[in-house]
Amino acid sequence: MSRLPGGLIDRGRTHSFTFDGKAYHGHPGDTLASALLANDVRLMGRSFKYHRPRGVFTSGSEEPNALVELGTGARREPNTRATVAEIYDGLVANSQNRFPSLSFDLMGVNDLFAPFFAAGFYYKTFMWPASFWEKVYEPIIRRAAGLGSLSMDADPDAYDKGFLHCDILVIGAGPAGLAAALTAARAGAQVILADEDFRLGGRLLSETHRLDDAPAQNWIESLEAEFDGLPKLRVMRRTTVFGAYDHGVYGAVERVADHLPDAGTGVRQTLWRITAKRTVLAAGAHERHIPFANNDRPGIMLAGAMRAYANRWAVSAADKIAVFTNNDDGHRTAIDLAAKGVEVAAVVDTRSWAKSRGDYPFYPGATVSNARGRTGLVSIDINYAGGTERLECGALGVSGGWNANVHLASHHRARPVWREDILSFVPSGHGGPPGLSAAGAATGRATTHAALNDGARVAAVALSDLGIDALLPDLPKAEDEPATSQPYWHVPGKGRAWVDFQNDVTVKDIELAHKENMRPVEHLKRWTTLGMATDQGKTANVTALAIMASLTGKPIAKTGTTIFRPPYTGVSISVLGGGDSGQNFRPRRLTPTHVWAAENGAEFVEAGQWLRAQYYRQPGETDARTSVDREAAAVRSGVGICDVTTLGKIDVQGADAGAFLDRLYCNAMASLPVGKVRYGLMLREDGFAYDDGTCARLGEDHYVVTTTTANAGLVYRNMEFSRQCLWPNLDLQLISTTDAWAQIAVAGPESRTLLSRVVDGVDLSNQAFGFMACRELTVCGGLRARLFRVSFSGELAYEIAVPSRYGNALMTQLMEVGADLGVTPYGTEALGVLRIEKGHAAGPEINGQTTAQMLGLGGMVSRKKDAIGSVMSRREGLVGDKRKLVGFVPVDRQKRIVAGSHLFSLGARHATETDEGWITSACHSPALDSFIALGFLENGSQRLGEVIVAANPLEGSQVSVRVASPHFVDPEGARQRA
Amino acid sequence: MLIPHPLLGPRDAEEFTYMGDASLIARPSASDPGAEQAFSDYVYLRDNPAGVHRELWFHEAGDRSWIVVTRNTLTHEILDAQLARDVALASAAEAGE
Repeated sequence: MSRLPGGLIDRGRTHSFTFDGKAYHGHPGDTLASALLANDVRLMGRSFKYHRPRGVFTSGSEEPNALVELGTGARREPNTRATVAEIYDGLVANSQNRFPSLSFDLMGVNDLFAPFFAAGFYYKTFMWPASFWEKVYEPIIRRAAGLGSLSMDADPDAYDKGFLHCDILVIGAGPAGLAAALTAARAGAQVILADEDFRLGGRLLSETHRLDDAPAQNWIESLEAEFDGLPKLRVMRRTTVFGAYDHGVYGAVERVADHLPDAGTGVRQTLWRITAKRTVLAAGAHERHIPFANNDRPGIMLAGAMRAYANRWAVSAADKIAVFTNNDDGHRTAIDLAAKGVEVAAVVDTRSWAKSRGDYPFYPGATVSNARGRTGLVSIDINYAGGTERLECGALGVSGGWNANVHLASHHRARPVWREDILSFVPSGHGGPPGLSAAGAATGRATTHAALNDGARVAAVALSDLGIDALLPDLPKAEDEPATSQPYWHVPGKGRAWVDFQNDVTVKDIELAHKENMRPVEHLKRWTTLGMATDQGKTANVTALAIMASLTGKPIAKTGTTIFRPPYTGVSISVLGGGDSGQNFRPRRLTPTHVWAAENGAEFVEAGQWLRAQYYRQPGETDARTSVDREAAAVRSGVGICDVTTLGKIDVQGADAGAFLDRLYCNAMASLPVGKVRYGLMLREDGFAYDDGTCARLGEDHYVVTTTTANAGLVYRNMEFSRQCLWPNLDLQLISTTDAWAQIAVAGPESRTLLSRVVDGVDLSNQAFGFMACRELTVCGGLRARLFRVSFSGELAYEIAVPSRYGNALMTQLMEVGADLGVTPYGTEALGVLRIEKGHAAGPEINGQTTAQMLGLGGMVSRKKDAIGSVMSRREGLVGDKRKLVGFVPVDRQKRIVAGSHLFSLGARHATETDEGWITSACHSPALDSFIALGFLENGSQRLGEVIVAANPLEGSQVSVRVASPHFVDPEGARQRA
Repeated sequence: MLIPHPLLGPRDAEEFTYMGDASLIARPSASDPGAEQAFSDYVYLRDNPAGVHRELWFHEAGDRSWIVVTRNTLTHEILDAQLARDVALASAAEAGE
């Protein structure tokens, strides 16, 4: 087959591409489907269930059959529609769902077992036992029936996302969309015109209709020239608006580089979130077909698609074609193809009263009852009153009328309504996405004249809603021939007549569903899987429910329709991520001393969004525990420093700051003297503990609250809730200063000596600056800083804060001036070891399921005041809980205890009923040269010394442990007060 | 969704954190008799209507205002949005505090 004359392809240039390893040529302007047809390739895919050979059926994104894999290696993309894939030089395409080859597919044997795969077969066949689903049935189904396969490699391409706002969004750039965009843009509105195609014009590109007695392309080109000069109009080609969301928000994917051999460093696709005040849906219409026996032979396609291939792409699927139609539009295909020199063997029209419209063999009142040619159409059977005739032809165009494309109009659960006069569902005009109005063929006004004028009119109405005056543009004169169609839905007879090609649903399946009483449309859909494939049944649904309507004897209007959901066409997960994958999946926060830590051997660990130094590996240290033990021991014997910036810091200022904090913490804070720090525990309103930290009073009206790293955001949110919603009369303000201050813990007996070398003339003696003191001061010759004498390790310790940008410098300075003291940087692991040794609760203990009482902090819950959670903390169930935080030492001190182990009395059965608590935190303690743990144990504080079992049923291990005080090191607290 | 922020105009819902029923503003008094029952109801009982609902949204990635949004949970139509602080002050004034 050579190319036909004409068409919108650039014959001056040639692109080479391969399909299933074979080299072909096409031209710029070609889609993969048109280029394959031009190379006499009719067979493009295999069907989902029966692996039937299939050819291209449409010329647009509604394509059910021609699904291919594009690209190679990590760029391989399955389930791409050949009808919308633009070819480029070097394109590699492969068919899918076939083995070993497209023309000879072993799984085609499924086709012989068709009786077993009838409607409802999933439900009937794979019922029992349930456990077989995952292990047996699903893998078999997936191998036998299926779509393309993933490369399983990471996507190497770049994606982006963006936000756009406009007065009017016009979806579709056919005659209605172009007229709407022109009207709105000339009126000075902010307009976006989006179309999935790479050319503007929509159906005008595929027809021979003349506008003002000139080729339609002239008008489109003059509009494009005018559009270029309208700065408030944004024309988005290759952009699919795939979903309508709340409040005028639309999702759209722009295929920025899919048509290029190499995206280079640019993005491949962009996800746009378009917020539109009004939307004109000018999505056109989709043709439907008429099922007959073996109507899935490659070469059989929609009549409108056949015409589009001839007019726009200058190809015909065969030298000799026929048309099967129930309406006048089908005749256009015959006329247009004949005009291009293709032999039209027959026009078969179901209407006995129809008249021939051209010079071709005409069969009125006839049907096509069968088709032959397994991998490509060879002949059809024509049935008419006088008998049956076999006719040879290589392609057949089928037209069963046109369905308004109501997809996006039904996104807010709006049901379209049936119009018997035009035999189409149309948007009902109420419900649906607010602010969206359909225009042109999308609402049944389908002649070129009607579409042009309706687009302009609907846009003008939308503009007037927004208070923008619009003049209706002078639109070209265009054809206005009313569609005349017969409600003829399928050709009865033997053999399988396919309705939904992508999911292999036949007329018989619908008849079976009817017999089995799966008659409502939603049941029909699920029982037969009609419309549940990737095309959502765009070419199948209406035909199927019309067949069901005729079986039940109910009119179509009463039968109803299923509704479409986003996305309009498939959207890749990659573009939905919009580039936020891998390291960009969420923000990564670095501590102020990160650079220093990285230079000094730190291994990092993720703590929420933060990367924190876990430990600092020194030369010769081969396992983490050696490093951690060394760091923890250095704190106990000398001095260590650790970045604790990640702890949340919330500044509370105002005359009522103290009163406010009294209501947030279960313990008293208003009574805290200026210059002092107090440990504070916050409860949830339900009475459980949820966060702890310190509260420092820097001035009469100025407190600084610290939170745990994990809860910094949550505590701040709840504090704002308390301030704005619960106690709006209190005079105070809050601000998070976590990022503003770098905070470094300086801990160990030598910490005072070290710090006194950096502070500017401040007496740090125990008398002048005792335990739990705080103050503002300067360090290193004038740098403002805050100093808190708090201890998480139980040693003499401080936390010093400087503005964030000085954090790295302060770390360096402390290491330098403390070299003779053996100052040792320590990470989160040693921090954890030190606090477990000291018996301080942290995240594993305050996990949202524990109370102040369980933590041994029951005395902190003040009865003298109301604070969040204090009332509920006194309820019976919480007060009655006998589990207490205690420590554990293994009987064999070198035996590791696993956090999460459950606790049982010696000799007791290990079951839920005998469970007496659990291990929360465990580590090796260098101070005790033993493994140790913390945990909650039934009546724990009365069981010190008792030997019990910590069982880890997941690993089948258990350890005998002795119950101990949770304060393993310095239980009297003398060191931190030294 | 777009939330009509009373100070900042329409903002994308992604900027907000949702907390549900705005009745959480009406925290019971701890000193009242029957406070435990009142708090139990306050903590655990929430309306979840199919229709018009007053709910709390926190502009966490924005100006950190808590907002009371009146929204139809069936259609997502937003009927009203006020600063929660104004709502709380008004009800405090009504209660004669």
